Amino acid sequence: MDLLEFARGPALQFAALVLVAGTIWRIVGIVMLREKPDYSEPRASGGYLAALKVIWTRAFTADAFKKATLYPKIMAYGMHAGLFATVFLFTPHIVFFEGWTGFDWPGLPNSIIFFIGVATVVSGVALLVRRMTSPVLKLISNFDDYFSWFVTMLPLVTGLLIPVRALFRYEDLLAIHILSVCLMLVWLPFGKLGHTFLVFITRGTTGMVFERRGAKT
Amino acid sequence: MKYTPTVGEILQAKGVSRRGFLKYCATTASLLALPPSMIPRIAAAIENARRPSVIWLSFQECTGCTESLTRSASPTVEGLIFDAISLDYHHTLQAAAGDQAEAARHAAMEENDGAYLVLVDGSIPMGNPGFSTIAGISNVDMLLDTVKGAAAVVAIGSCAAFGGLPGANPNPTGAVGVQDLVKDKPVVNVPGCPPIPTVMTAVLAQFLTFGTIPDLDKHGRPLAYFGNTIHDRCYRRPFYEQGKFAESFDDEGAKAGWCLYKLGCKGPTTYNACATVKWNQGTSFPIESGHPCLGCSEPKFWDKGGFYQPLSTGHFGSGATVAGAAVAGVALGVAAATAGKRRQDKYTKEA
Repeated sequence: MDLLEFARGPALQFAALVLVAGTIWRIVGIVMLREKPDYSEPRASGGYLAALKVIWTRAFTADAFKKATLYPKIMAYGMHAGLFATVFLFTPHIVFFEGWTGFDWPGLPNSIIFFIGVATVVSGVALLVRRMTSPVLKLISNFDDYFSWFVTMLPLVTGLLIPVRALFRYEDLLAIHILSVCLMLVWLPFGKLGHTFLVFITRGTTGMVFERRGAKT
Repeated sequence: MKYTPTVGEILQAKGVSRRGFLKYCATTASLLALPPSMIPRIAAAIENARRPSVIWLSFQECTGCTESLTRSASPTVEGLIFDAISLDYHHTLQAAAGDQAEAARHAAMEENDGAYLVLVDGSIPMGNPGFSTIAGISNVDMLLDTVKGAAAVVAIGSCAAFGGLPGANPNPTGAVGVQDLVKDKPVVNVPGCPPIPTVMTAVLAQFLTFGTIPDLDKHGRPLAYFGNTIHDRCYRRPFYEQGKFAESFDDEGAKAGWCLYKLGCKGPTTYNACATVKWNQGTSFPIESGHPCLGCSEPKFWDKGGFYQPLSTGHFGSGATVAGAAVAGVALGVAAATAGKRRQDKYTKEA
């Protein structure tokens, strides 16, 4: 078994199993947690509409913080949009998802994906520099933050190396790229990358609680 | 002593023009990535070379490699070069059979001790010597006996190089390639199913010219031919970059000659010269004919997933395994939440 066979086979299988088990473990564990007793009189019902409202409004910055957070907001949105495009709009990736789910969709030309990939890495680096230079962010950052950044950027960088055949042969670069994705998938449920599946659950819960308490959302 | 004609004399007798011969030498120099100044040297070496003795051993194979090398629409310079070697033993092509054939092999080995080439096509079964025998001799015994006095060994085709189809999972005969058994002689792998005839003759040309084997890659293949992927040299590569893919064998994309990646093309991971040297006197190669590359010059290409399964498809195993992981996730989540509640209760009571 060569490195590429290992990456596409056992490594990807293992990563997929850890991702599925870990994600469900985290979600079930959180959903089943005992709720704190709410002794105050509810100001509103705090239903799912409140949850949806906060999921939507939290996507935008409050006016008071707009100026201060403009730079990281642009970089963060740029990075997330770039990640989405490189993962879901690159044809070999679409073929991968099609093999898994049976669905396919149109992709973008490789040159555009390559450009987006480079821009995504640049925005990721910009965010890391900010985290490492801002006194407040530096103080509240821990291993999880840096490692989550690392496992997110690694598949991007290894993926960008493939078309330029840098350092290794194509099949070895592809294997390294897939292995880096496996590392990210294994880490995803357990670290801060868990926001991939928790972001809407936590924001929705916040919305429901805040509405019950009469907070402006 | 019997007069042995030179290759040049034989080619002249066969009617090959000087121009045609030099053209072949220039092509060979180009393919081997040698400077133009080496063309006269190649020409002189090939012209003046005595017919090298070649012993061709065929083991677990389909004769496709021999077909590839011998079948040509019209006599080519490569073909004549093959006529010009002293092919002293070849099951399919020789007239002799049985004891006479074996006597010819032994005679060639004795007369050319240390100087003859052994060409092998087909894999060698190690599961049971009786799986494949010639004149009552097992393949492994014949190979090891024949290579003792050889100058070099050339494994022709993917079976001889890596085990090929006989070595595919579950490998019922325990098939192995030549390089797995021959450790004390230079072994050149010319894989492919079948390999390109020009690559074969160029390896011989290099041996005749320099007395050495070419530079090899990690799989023992000549770098001059196996240094680039099919994908890197494919004329359909621009379509890959533009994101234009054939979705089926008869759609508009296929008719327009778009990239065959989605139809399972293994070009990106396959090292061979098909896209540059091509087949049938440079007419075309499989992708040019509308079929994805199967990756036939790569080790274990039969076992690397389906031929029509795209390269980036993952191998996740069964859905039942994933379902099992989901169930395990639910169990772990319930256990974690229950443990959390118990801990909460304990601290609440203590407080």
